[in-house]
Amino acid sequence: MGKKLAITGNQAVAEAMKQINPDVCAAYPITPSTEIMQRFASFVSDGVVDTELVTVESEHSAMSACIGASAAGGRVMTATSSQGLALMWEMLHIASGMRLPIAMALVNRALSAPLNIHGDHSDGMGSRDCGWIQLYSENAQEAYDNIFQAVRIAEHEDIRLPAMVCMDGFIISHSIESMEFLPDDVVKDFIGEFKPTNPLLDVDKPVTYGPLVLPDYYIEFKKAQHEAIKRAKRVTLEVAKEFEKISGRSYGLFESYRLEDAEIAIVVLNSAAGTAKDVVDAFRDKGIKVGLLKPRLFRPFPYEEVADALGGAKVIGVFDRADSFGGFGPMYMEIASAMVASGSSPLMINRIYGLGGRDFMPEDAEAVIKELVEIADTGKAGTLKEYIGVRE
Amino acid sequence: MKLKGWKELEMGAVIPEAGNAEQYNTGSWRAFRPQWIEENCIQCLFCWIYCPDSSVTVKDGKRGEFDYGHCKGCGVCAHECPGKKGNKAIVMVEEGN
Ligand code: SF4
Ligand code: SF4
Repeated sequence: MGKKLAITGNQAVAEAMKQINPDVCAAYPITPSTEIMQRFASFVSDGVVDTELVTVESEHSAMSACIGASAAGGRVMTATSSQGLALMWEMLHIASGMRLPIAMALVNRALSAPLNIHGDHSDGMGSRDCGWIQLYSENAQEAYDNIFQAVRIAEHEDIRLPAMVCMDGFIISHSIESMEFLPDDVVKDFIGEFKPTNPLLDVDKPVTYGPLVLPDYYIEFKKAQHEAIKRAKRVTLEVAKEFEKISGRSYGLFESYRLEDAEIAIVVLNSAAGTAKDVVDAFRDKGIKVGLLKPRLFRPFPYEEVADALGGAKVIGVFDRADSFGGFGPMYMEIASAMVASGSSPLMINRIYGLGGRDFMPEDAEAVIKELVEIADTGKAGTLKEYIGVRE
Repeated sequence: MKLKGWKELEMGAVIPEAGNAEQYNTGSWRAFRPQWIEENCIQCLFCWIYCPDSSVTVKDGKRGEFDYGHCKGCGVCAHECPGKKGNKAIVMVEEGN
């Protein structure tokens, strides 16, 4: 049993990185993820980790240095948020296309403009097509636990893809909550030695990274990448099983909360799911069969499993803390795809909430569930996509 | 040549074999061909140093023929060549002429 401490989400992730002791970290500070690398830099200067810390001049350079170090054969980690991730965009594709198992903590924050430093999922959702595995975390404990699992999934020989672990900026990154740590030796055993494939520093076996690939081969490489990230679903479950043995905490592709017999379902990601679960309980107490699905593995998205879990619901409300302007929210698109592919046709509404860190209150969840109850009764869904908690 | 299927490719488009660019003949892209005029050559080997494609062959310290399988016709060698008494030892000739 590890020790229990009250700690912020950022401190939890920095602590996880310390226990992993990666070979290289290249990072540039950005709110709200700054504290992760700031703390980690202290670990480096205090000699508690052996990591080569590269302090670069931008996030584009940070990810570039991570790519170089990973191709060289090192275990590599970094952290960022918002504009930082946006500036990495070009390099995110290069990391995944080169099949480099870099692990990154993404502390979710809104994108400019207008400038805002608070938590929403615009950054993570904006990078969903970059070929990275994405794990989302409700709280500090989940972020801490997901970091170790992300390293294992990314480095798995059937996968070899970069992975990011997301948690909500400020709401989780800067709030203190009680969580349990794993002992260092347990983490070390779980993580294991990193075995690089085609390391550039192996001078006896020189290789070339980053060649030009024209129309005669490009699509074959992308098909191979698609098959690799699909396998991450299986590996995520295998790694979660192993993780449960060392931690006692169980993880799946997503969390089902009171969904078994639910006629009304809501889908909520990250910290807001915690608030929404309380509201689900309150409705259950009134005899209303409502349940919640909290996605965890967003890329690859577990369509069949999600459709199975939501299969019994007549109406589904999907909450999005990010917008695809002119389209539905990114989570809604996934849930709708899952339901259509499974052949079931529940009534589905999309509610955009909490952008730029606007608090998600129990009343917000309550209002949407009430609306869903009405839709279930009348069989009519009014406005499919709407913002909630907005002043007129 | 039979093209490989997606399962047969090296992960991440890595080229695991060193120096295999030699098997890829880039000479077919050439619009201008460098021509060596031996009597004007002072064996300074500037052409050998400057050629970005290692397409000037050298044997026993002496300049040999161009490797036309890889020379892409950039003309750097002709530009750098000092020649003898103002007469270039490399001139660029349009392909097909
Ligand atoms: S033309 Fe360019 S590629 Fe060809 S030999 Fe001269 S320098 Fe080399
Ligand atoms: S640069 Fe000109 S003179 Fe010098 S070795 Fe080459 S061809 Fe001869």
